[in-house]
Amino acid sequence: MADIQEKIGKLCPEAQCDASGEFLLISVPDAQWHDLAQSLKDELHFDYLTALVGVDWKEELGVMYYLTNTETQEMIHVKVATADREQPRLHSVSDLWAVANFQEREVYDFYGIEFINHPDMRRFFLRNDWVGYPLRKDYDDDPEKNPLRLEDEENEDNTYRLVEDENGDVTRVDGKVFGDDEYVINVGPQHPSTHGVMRYRASIEGELVKKVDVVSGYIHRGIEKMCESLMYPQTLLYTERLDYMSAHINRHCLCLCIEKAMGLEVPHRAELIRMMMDELMRLSSHLLSYGCLTMDQGATTAFFYGFRERELIYDIFDKTCGARMSMSYLTIGGVKADVHPDFINDVRNVCDTVTEKLKEYHKLFTGNIIARNRMVGVGILGKEDAINYAITGPSGRASGHHCDVRKCHPYSLYNEVEFDEVTYETGDSMDRYMVRMKEMEESIKILRQCCDMLEKEGIEGEYIAKVPKIIKLPAGHWYQQVEGSRGAFGVYLESDGDPKPFQKPYRLHFQSPCFNLVGVVDLTCKDNLIADLITITASIDYVIPDIDR
Amino acid sequence: MFDFSVVTNWFNDLLLGVMPQWLATTIECVIVAVLLLLAYTVLAMFYIMYERWVCAWFQCRRGPLRVGPWGSLQIFADVIKMLIKEVVGLWKTDNFLHKLAPYFVLVASVVVFACLPWGKGLQAIDFNIGVFFMTAVSSLGVVGILLAGWSSNSKYTMIGAMRSGAQMISYELSIGIAMLTIVCLAGTMSVTGLVEAQQNGWFIFTGHIPAIIAFIIYVIAATAETNRGPFDLPEAEHELTAGYHTEYSGIHFGFFYLAEYLNLFIVSGIATLLFLGGWMPFHVSGWDGFNAVMDYIPSTIWFLGKAIFVSFIIIWFKWSFPRVRIDQMLALEWRYLMPIGLFNLVLMAVIVSMGWHFAG
Amino acid sequence: MKHEDFKDNEYIDQLVQELNASGTNVVVGKLDQLINWGISNSLWPFCFGTSCCAIEFMCLGAARYDMARFGFEVARNSPRQADYIMCQGTITYRMAPALKRLYEQMAEPKYVIACGACTVSGGPFKNSYCVVKGIDEIIPVDVYLPGCPPRPEAMFYALMQLQRKIKVQKFFGGVNRKESRKKFFDKSSETAEK
Repeated sequence: MADIQEKIGKLCPEAQCDASGEFLLISVPDAQWHDLAQSLKDELHFDYLTALVGVDWKEELGVMYYLTNTETQEMIHVKVATADREQPRLHSVSDLWAVANFQEREVYDFYGIEFINHPDMRRFFLRNDWVGYPLRKDYDDDPEKNPLRLEDEENEDNTYRLVEDENGDVTRVDGKVFGDDEYVINVGPQHPSTHGVMRYRASIEGELVKKVDVVSGYIHRGIEKMCESLMYPQTLLYTERLDYMSAHINRHCLCLCIEKAMGLEVPHRAELIRMMMDELMRLSSHLLSYGCLTMDQGATTAFFYGFRERELIYDIFDKTCGARMSMSYLTIGGVKADVHPDFINDVRNVCDTVTEKLKEYHKLFTGNIIARNRMVGVGILGKEDAINYAITGPSGRASGHHCDVRKCHPYSLYNEVEFDEVTYETGDSMDRYMVRMKEMEESIKILRQCCDMLEKEGIEGEYIAKVPKIIKLPAGHWYQQVEGSRGAFGVYLESDGDPKPFQKPYRLHFQSPCFNLVGVVDLTCKDNLIADLITITASIDYVIPDIDR
Repeated sequence: MFDFSVVTNWFNDLLLGVMPQWLATTIECVIVAVLLLLAYTVLAMFYIMYERWVCAWFQCRRGPLRVGPWGSLQIFADVIKMLIKEVVGLWKTDNFLHKLAPYFVLVASVVVFACLPWGKGLQAIDFNIGVFFMTAVSSLGVVGILLAGWSSNSKYTMIGAMRSGAQMISYELSIGIAMLTIVCLAGTMSVTGLVEAQQNGWFIFTGHIPAIIAFIIYVIAATAETNRGPFDLPEAEHELTAGYHTEYSGIHFGFFYLAEYLNLFIVSGIATLLFLGGWMPFHVSGWDGFNAVMDYIPSTIWFLGKAIFVSFIIIWFKWSFPRVRIDQMLALEWRYLMPIGLFNLVLMAVIVSMGWHFAG
Repeated sequence: MKHEDFKDNEYIDQLVQELNASGTNVVVGKLDQLINWGISNSLWPFCFGTSCCAIEFMCLGAARYDMARFGFEVARNSPRQADYIMCQGTITYRMAPALKRLYEQMAEPKYVIACGACTVSGGPFKNSYCVVKGIDEIIPVDVYLPGCPPRPEAMFYALMQLQRKIKVQKFFGGVNRKESRKKFFDKSSETAEK
């Protein structure tokens, strides 16, 4: 770490380094930021922009960039801020890390920070006619200003960008998303295979897709803002409504982050149960994505088979957590209750059944000539693009991006179990599909080992640590990531160390994997057919509430 | 085997006894039309339920079973609902064409339906160009679909209609060629002639390898022709929401729905007629006792049974296969099915002229 | 909850009896019954899932719960052909106009089930700056179904409540609520002119 600090000192003397936190923190003025970013990426190989978090520090507005070196898995974070609250402007890094494109738009939407040289400065989540920037601390949430409007918003084709010339003067250039002569079809927000309320506007020539414009925010519920007015245990609720297909995993992540901030030790048994729940969730999620992928291609029967096995997993959740979805089972310091006496047997049963049925799935769908024709070589995403767009999870690993958080930054008890990271090379739809099928086998492997471990510990045991009634965190910020079923899910938690009895998080940001996934839709669908748009998006497999938050 | 022409002739004579020829013909026409429409509706309703049960069976489900005994009244509830459902008028569209389109689709399928041989002597009309007439009329349906897509003034329906135009016109060729192969073997285009020619063995058995190839080509092409999965691109629920009939509601949508299922019966019926002997029972030459037993089963049941069996196969691969893409679908037709079909036709011609086929 | 505590909505059945107490014309009454039987047994859902409840709705259609048993399985993706819209998941300010438009595109008779806490009242997102506090602010709702998300059994119950409710309506002599298509067109043309 000292090595990096020295190098950064040479590259940019203005940068201040602080190695006291969990990762090296670099504070840099906006004027030098773009140059530093360039050399961080090219020379120090920080090519994976893990998270981009906008924060309002009251006296200044700014952005935290979390960067990862994909070779050594080292992480650093950079703080860039501006004191101008009237017209805050920062330099865009979307030319270096493509993933920053959407993320900077999100920051613009929430904080009103405009990014110089960003190609497309539009709002991302909120309506075009929205007044104010909701995540700013001084946001006026008067319902009069932003009432419920029932007239359609205008198709916002107008965009602008801020161009900086050599002298440093910034000028505003207006532009259009689609030309007048383009034939634009609208996919969504209500469409059977956008898997929720996603909306694409696709410019097509015949059946060929030429450009896809992602319009998001149809299920944006302002979770991050709401979390700022809740106490820590209450915020856990919302994690399950993000990616509901990895509810336990998301909740696990926030628990880990708060525990890290508190310095709380979790009992071994609790951590084991959490891990098993995570893997069960992953299994259920992959079964669903198998079902949806086949359904989107028209093979309806395969969808039903996937759901048949999911019900068994739901039964386990039902018995132990008391609910089928949105279980609210994990909590700070452990889990809310011990497992059901049948738990181990049920899990073993699921492992056996799914192993058996996976053969059937392959027989029904994988080997099918039509399925192969539709998926092999379609929607190729190269490794470089995958890293550039920060694509993680099964979709990233299909492109050869070794990004499994369970391996790179082991958390929970993943050190104690044996499993393989499944990676493929090509990154086409078929690979993305196959990664999921193989990962199910890995999850089963983990689950079997966990069953043995849990059996050794006996039927009952300590499942929750002693947690203070009121949780208070010291001032500081923490970042925790876990491997969700669709990619690396991260939580950025900032506390101001408020001494008041009911402390609330100062800023809570969820770095959702699906947000990055949707960024590659345009790239992968270009020059493919409309039917491929459906296959590719299904194979990328995102969950919309996770994107919109 | 019971010959239905006895009944029809008796009825004809009865009418002629009390009225002039023209009036008798008119009355007969009306009665036949009413009976056909009735049969059409009943069969379509049966087919809708049939598919729902069969697909439930594939998917480890029970299927409709609550409304009436074993769900048998489900379809009547659907029909009642469909009849009173509002027909939504569209804004800024060609309303006349929009309303006309479903009738085109319906009429095309009714006319083909009318030509099918239902049993011995149970047939509305017997042309000497029967099969040819069927192909000609069934292509009319595509006009309805194109009209529906175009007149709805929506981009999705437009894409659906264009796809269906490309698809149906292409696959028409393969169907035609597969039919020609059999016509070549039978030496007649008349529907009755075709059935009679299969007296001692269905064409799929007597026709040697070319008949089997023709059958496979026919089933694939027929699936595409009826817009069913894996060739359901014009509807492509997951791409185009509901394809060309997205904007139709109420009974107009019901017509499309009905015609879709009836088309399934029609193509199965034609397959039965061409390859599986129409209403002809299963005969093995020489086994006279066996043949006599087979003859006891009424001819209508033979025909329906075989058609339903062929439909079962088509339903089977609809529910298990993913949908093909438009370019792959056209490639399948123009690169594979049509060349193979043409070659197969030549092969059949050679076999027939050399007399190599089974005598039957 | 104990079984005895469960209160089924018996008032609906009472309402039917009260309505029929005054007596109706035999033909009209029987026709109404037939039509209501038809509509209530052939409810085709419109696929409209925005979040978690949609997954439970898929489970409802899948093998274990199998809504096909009741004839509910013909899910239509086009609003024109659907009978009821089961709104599954939060409706935000951005989505609200789309939902209203979808509802208006549906053909009469049409019904709405508000499925899940979010659609009933805004649920856990009630305090948000951009969540609609209950879809009844936008469209008329026939059945409210709480739960986050409701279990498939609860969804069945909601559907059966809807069936009961349908049996009350009278087709001849006015559907319970009805906005004529013509009026809607006039309104939208007015807004278009503006």
